[in-house]
Amino acid sequence: MAEKSGYITGTQEAPPRVSEWRRFRRVFLSRGVVVFGLVVLVLVFFTAIFAHWLAPYDPYKPGVAKSLAQPSWEHPLGSDILGRDTLSRLIYGSRTALMVGFISVTAAGIAGVGLGVIAGYSGGAINLIIMRIMDAILCFPMLILALVMASVLGGGIWNVIIALSIATIPGYARVTCGLTLSLRENDYVLAERAMGSTNFRTMLRHILPNAFPPLIVLMTMQLGGLILAEAGLSFLGIGIEPPGAAWGAMVNSGYQYLLKNPILSFAPCISIMLVVFAFNMVGDGLRDALDPRLRGLL
Amino acid sequence: MTTYIIRRLIQALIVLIIVTLIVFFVMRLLPGDPIIIYVAQTAQLEAMPPEMIDNLRAQFGLDKPIMVQYVNWVAGIFRGDFGESIFYHEDVGKLMAERFPVTAHIGVLALIVGAILGVIAGLLAAIRRGKWVDKIITPLTYVGITIPVFFLAILMIYLFGLRLGLLPISGYTSPLEDFVKSTRQIIMPVVCMAVFGLAANARQMRSSMLEVTHQDYVRTAWAKGLSERMVIMRHAMKNSLIPVITLMGLGVGMILGGSVLVETIFAIPGVGRLMVSSILGQDYVVVQAITFVIATIVLVVNLIVDISYGWLDPRIRYG
Repeated sequence: MAEKSGYITGTQEAPPRVSEWRRFRRVFLSRGVVVFGLVVLVLVFFTAIFAHWLAPYDPYKPGVAKSLAQPSWEHPLGSDILGRDTLSRLIYGSRTALMVGFISVTAAGIAGVGLGVIAGYSGGAINLIIMRIMDAILCFPMLILALVMASVLGGGIWNVIIALSIATIPGYARVTCGLTLSLRENDYVLAERAMGSTNFRTMLRHILPNAFPPLIVLMTMQLGGLILAEAGLSFLGIGIEPPGAAWGAMVNSGYQYLLKNPILSFAPCISIMLVVFAFNMVGDGLRDALDPRLRGLL
Repeated sequence: MTTYIIRRLIQALIVLIIVTLIVFFVMRLLPGDPIIIYVAQTAQLEAMPPEMIDNLRAQFGLDKPIMVQYVNWVAGIFRGDFGESIFYHEDVGKLMAERFPVTAHIGVLALIVGAILGVIAGLLAAIRRGKWVDKIITPLTYVGITIPVFFLAILMIYLFGLRLGLLPISGYTSPLEDFVKSTRQIIMPVVCMAVFGLAANARQMRSSMLEVTHQDYVRTAWAKGLSERMVIMRHAMKNSLIPVITLMGLGVGMILGGSVLVETIFAIPGVGRLMVSSILGQDYVVVQAITFVIATIVLVVNLIVDISYGWLDPRIRYG
């Protein structure tokens, strides 16, 4: 009969409803390495939050062990030249790494996305000016720019955060600008404007939410890069000031005793690598689960 | 194509002007008066009469309005005059001419190694997808893009330098002077700098090869009865290489940035090490010059990449 056939009435049987969250979870957790990355990140987060309870010794107090002690039951990763416990310093170092990573990614994300939306939505001269400035910043390798900025601003963790944020703004601006350029051609944006919506409202309510998936993937992947850059800076002695614990600085000071006590520099190196790897994998998983079309682009 | 090149050239010129503005004005925000630092390094500050400091300031041109200083600096660059190093008391252009060839020697080798091995690794992983070759290469590329440069350096120094004693752990010799010694010294630095690019190229090559294999023209090539070698070499690989070329621009930036770390670890007298020592010594004339030259190199490489990209892939040109 006619009413049974969607072909005639113009209605079709709805596809089976799959919860968006359930689909996301299934794809996200389908790869072993992604789950591994997630577990590492959760562990590192807990370590950073509960560093105070987890660290067996005071990380800043010299002389809790013999100078350059080999690993033992009391000091599982040995101690540095001043007799500070390596494991405790490693645990506190996770705070520095995550703090620099998250604050920089948030600051750069907000600034970059804002600039990108404005550039893409306005077009014309504004787009040209903003994007050429972004291109100019991109000419400086991240480590070089951060090094110069940190030296201009002076040491200290906050200046490293500012330097890394500025260095990573263009990435977000570029992606957002490109997305905005294509999104603003959509009919729903036109409809919104016909209804008299302000530019600001259109950008905030209609462009941004649609640009969100690629941006969250980009941010997750950037976190790994930021932590690597922070480690590189503190390895060179720019960044966190002693006696603060940063993985990069620990590598540098342990490096001098490489033959005698290799674990001093290997342990922080492996921590950095694990965290960076975890962020990259989770970023990969998020990309596949949120928008597989981004494969090869991000 | 000509309009495309002209458009890209104008764009690059604008970016270059912005780069000079950034370099110049960021360096002027330096804490502390460069002249005071200079004086403090050469003589007792107290013993120096204020007139003499003013004289020095005039000598370095620091008493003029900032816009005049900027124009003088840019004009100097065109004459190849980058100013005089406060710390080394030497012409910065000369200083860089000594250091850049060292960085270029290692960097170019790293770029070539990374490109060739990366493309081969990615190609192998793609054509033997899911087989043991792929299962070894793909996880290794993940390691390659996440390993910190200094970890790789320290690991190699520990293993090949200190434990096995196979390679020298530091220093640099010009290949013109002693080729064997020079090569032994740069093996580890070149590997360190090449690994990231190698892994990134391999990943990109693998995924673009996999994408291309589903295209109609590749199926046509198979259907024509061409051999596997012909299909891969003549049809699939050519197009997969296009996205890899973009990574070259990125690779140059990564290598120049990484030189800062690698040259510090291996005690190589290149431009990266000069950069670090100048930053720590607040030798702003040198920092300014190096930063500018590095940014210009990255800009030019990206310009070349973009133009060749437009030449290889006509879709870009008209986009």
